[in-house]
Amino acid sequence: MATGAGAGMAVREPNTGKLVIEGKLVIEGLGKRYGATTALEPSSLSVAEGEFLTLLGPSGSGKTTLLQLICGLVEASEGRVVIDGRDQSNMPVHQRDIGLVFQHYALFPHLTVAENIAFPLKMRGRPSAEIAGRVASTLDMVHLGHLAGRFPRELSGGQQQRVALARCFVYQPSIILMDEPLGALDKKLREHMQIEIKRLHRESGATIVYVTHDQEEALAMSDRICLMNHAKIEQLGTPREIYERPRTAFAADFIGISNIFRGSWDGNGALDTPHGRFALPRGAHCQSKDAALVIRPENLHLGERDGNAVSGRVSEIVYAGSETRVIAALGDGSPLVLRLGPDDPVPAIDQAIVAGWARDKAVLVA
Amino acid sequence: MSAVAARAAPARRSGFRFGPLWLAVPGLLFLAVFFAWPVAQLLGLSVVDPENGGLSTESYRRIAATDVYLRVLGITFRIAGWTALWSLLIGYPLAYWLARLPDMFRGRMLLFVMVPFWTSYLVKTFAWMIVLGRSGIINSLATGSGLIDQPLPLLHNMFGVMVGMVHAMVPLAVMTMLPVMTGIDRRLVQAAQTLGAAPARAFWLVYFKLSLPGVAAAGLLVFISSLGFFIVPAFLGGRQETMLAQLIITQVQELLNWSFAGALAAMMLAAALVSCWIYDRLFGISTIAGGSAQAGAGRIRDLGLAILGVVGDIAGRAAAVTQRLLGKRICGWLLPGFCWLVIGFLVLPTLLVIPLAFTSSQFLEFPPPGYGIGWFRTYFESPLWIQATIRSFMVAFATALAATAIGGFAALALAHSRTRWSGLIFAFFLAPMIVPRIVIAVGLFYLFARIGLVATDLGLIIGHTVLAIPFTLVTIAAVLKTYDQRLDQAAATLGANRVRTLTGVTIPLVKGGLVAAFLFAFITSFDELTIAIFISGGVKTTLPKQMWDDMILQLNPTLAAVSVVVFVVVTVMLLLAERFRSSSSS
Ligand SMILES: Nc1ncnc2c1ncn2[C@@H]1O[C@H](COP(=O)(O)OP(=O)(O)OP(=O)(O)O)[C@@H](O)[C@H]1O
Ligand SMILES: [Mg+2]
Repeated sequence: MATGAGAGMAVREPNTGKLVIEGKLVIEGLGKRYGATTALEPSSLSVAEGEFLTLLGPSGSGKTTLLQLICGLVEASEGRVVIDGRDQSNMPVHQRDIGLVFQHYALFPHLTVAENIAFPLKMRGRPSAEIAGRVASTLDMVHLGHLAGRFPRELSGGQQQRVALARCFVYQPSIILMDEPLGALDKKLREHMQIEIKRLHRESGATIVYVTHDQEEALAMSDRICLMNHAKIEQLGTPREIYERPRTAFAADFIGISNIFRGSWDGNGALDTPHGRFALPRGAHCQSKDAALVIRPENLHLGERDGNAVSGRVSEIVYAGSETRVIAALGDGSPLVLRLGPDDPVPAIDQAIVAGWARDKAVLVA
Repeated sequence: MSAVAARAAPARRSGFRFGPLWLAVPGLLFLAVFFAWPVAQLLGLSVVDPENGGLSTESYRRIAATDVYLRVLGITFRIAGWTALWSLLIGYPLAYWLARLPDMFRGRMLLFVMVPFWTSYLVKTFAWMIVLGRSGIINSLATGSGLIDQPLPLLHNMFGVMVGMVHAMVPLAVMTMLPVMTGIDRRLVQAAQTLGAAPARAFWLVYFKLSLPGVAAAGLLVFISSLGFFIVPAFLGGRQETMLAQLIITQVQELLNWSFAGALAAMMLAAALVSCWIYDRLFGISTIAGGSAQAGAGRIRDLGLAILGVVGDIAGRAAAVTQRLLGKRICGWLLPGFCWLVIGFLVLPTLLVIPLAFTSSQFLEFPPPGYGIGWFRTYFESPLWIQATIRSFMVAFATALAATAIGGFAALALAHSRTRWSGLIFAFFLAPMIVPRIVIAVGLFYLFARIGLVATDLGLIIGHTVLAIPFTLVTIAAVLKTYDQRLDQAAATLGANRVRTLTGVTIPLVKGGLVAAFLFAFITSFDELTIAIFISGGVKTTLPKQMWDDMILQLNPTLAAVSVVVFVVVTVMLLLAERFRSSSSS
């Protein structure tokens, strides 16, 4: 399985300078406008063979639009979609080798489970003996063999979801797009289906582009995460990269819990904020004067560190087994979150505290 | 006195529970007396010997033995069948196009279907007479420009009847199919495409299949409505196109042959019921009221899917060829282009009447040689027309009140009841829409003749209320469906009794739906002709009856002026109704 930032890159060939496309799926400057609204700014991205890439972002950030552009349900305003090195921008939907799992499954209500799964094979004119065999084995794969004759409305949400997955995996498209496939399920079922999808991914070796707005799901499942905001790609990288080195305050805020201090950068090693002047990580650099400092709760400790300190009053203490989360109100009322280990002393509610962090554990973002 | 009251109170609490279905009782009684009973009686008359009152199948034998009657039966079925087919063929693309429009825009475009739907059949037929006649608009334009030298025979033949019938029925077909189509999840077609189906194939295999219940319901309603038509064939057809309803009118009005009229009505009713039964077998009758279609079983289903598969295959190839020949851009315009043509077909003929109403000529020539308001003056100064108009307004007002009250209570009853009776009761309330009007009208005539209600306003109001109840019930039920019943429960927990809840919470919230129902009932009565022909009596007429009499005698520009008045009244009411309805459901 390909992982890492280097997966699926477009690189320039050294001799000719021509762009050589590497990766199963490459989009180049792909954008979509609906009249005055921009659903997707021109964006580029490449996905490696067998990779599990997640599009993560708030509602309206253009995730569905990007999927629709990739599979051709929506015509792009600009840019190209390249699959296996071939430009697919003008290829009609039904001729692209792409599977799409819809957010609310889009199972055909007038067809049984087995007929739903057989549909793509029939469209490809496969012989009926082969169809029967593959439908049966796919049904077994998602543990639905006993429900083959039912209609979709006679299934539970989780079962419908598995039919939708089966209908997509049965014809073995080399690229599978999933638009919030677990959005309608409860938490327990979600976690179960996440494992199921990972298993299908492993077994099929398909390239998967997966949409969610649940950051935990994204962190748990993905090889790489493509973070989207305001119709743009905000940051692209492995879950660890995005968590540990967010490039923007949005990225830091959207993934995991962050304490963010906005201020102005003095061009050197410090940031002036309403809460004080903080030392930046060594070598930190930023394009603009306006910047923000991100500190994850687990990197905050009681007491001053490296000259960095903020003071506040404890407003809430949440005990969560392996850790204790302390929420304090800063001078201006904004919250500060600390994560204390099991051995750390726990302050009392309303107690005044001072918290600090090692300068290199913070991240300077735009 | 007080002892009686004291005893009565606990008795009511224990024995006599005021269940919600009781609210439907007034309506049920009303329809039983003025709809079910007269229709049943009429059917009974068909097997009674008019001479001695004994049982006899004489009437049916006479029908079977007489060529003319058999021919009329055959023609009636043929016309109704063709009308249904053409209405579906023309209506389907329009409904499909409307269903795909964004909600806001669709509401506005739908008026192009709603206005023709509610426009009086008389006005529409009058318009076609002007358009298609020997010296009508088409012929005078075509001969005037030298395109042809002999006027084309467009009227008083099968062509004229079909144009008139299809024009009258396309709106009904579209409005029946549209809710089914808007209910289809469009992502299903997209899903089919991502799974490898070409667009045309995806349409047939998924969209068309899912829209079939709507198509069948539309076909059924159009077929049944067409069976009872008489205005269109009377004015646009010739002798060859005489339909069953015309025959019934003659038997009753000129020959007073009740037994024979009853037999003819029975055949019409039987045809309607058989169509309903077949539909129910195939799709389940509840789909008409918006329920979900049953899946159908075994062989038939497999066969259906296989046929659709073949059709889809062929369509896919045909579409590919067409697209290659015409190019993508032109193909994209085919559907909207067709739909605008249909809208033109639906709307333009009626609009052409307007300039004719302002003609300065003695004749209905097109284009008018000059303009003036002389014919409106003739209308307003004629006591005959004005009396008819006033009577129509009064009858319509009373009808609207009665039908809204009855339909409203029935809707309330059905909204609160979950018993197996509610489906049956709902069907009974809708039955006046399914049973051909002419059957109801003749049945009521027979009943009223014996209780002295013929030629009275009350008789008219009762008859029109029977016809209007289905419309008010459906309109109010639709609003109640979106109404959050927890509000009633909330009011009840806050201490309001049933009556206070109804007047203080429910009615204010569904007011828009009530007003819309009132206006729909008003329109139904205002341009109702069938019952008026029999019951309005000779001297005192209603506006449609007066139009009918005038149109039979001779076409004149006063009719154009009256048509414009009727059209404007109906359209204004309709627009108001739509406004109120949408304000109530949002
Ligand atoms: N057909 C359309 N016409 C006009 N605007 C559209 C259309 N489809 C999407 N948009 C707009 O494009 C933007 C991106 O929409 P998109 O559906 O891609 O968001 P998303 O990231 O999938 O959101 P969600 O998480 O809510 O599904 C939104 O602002 C949306 O309003
Ligand atoms: Mg989306």
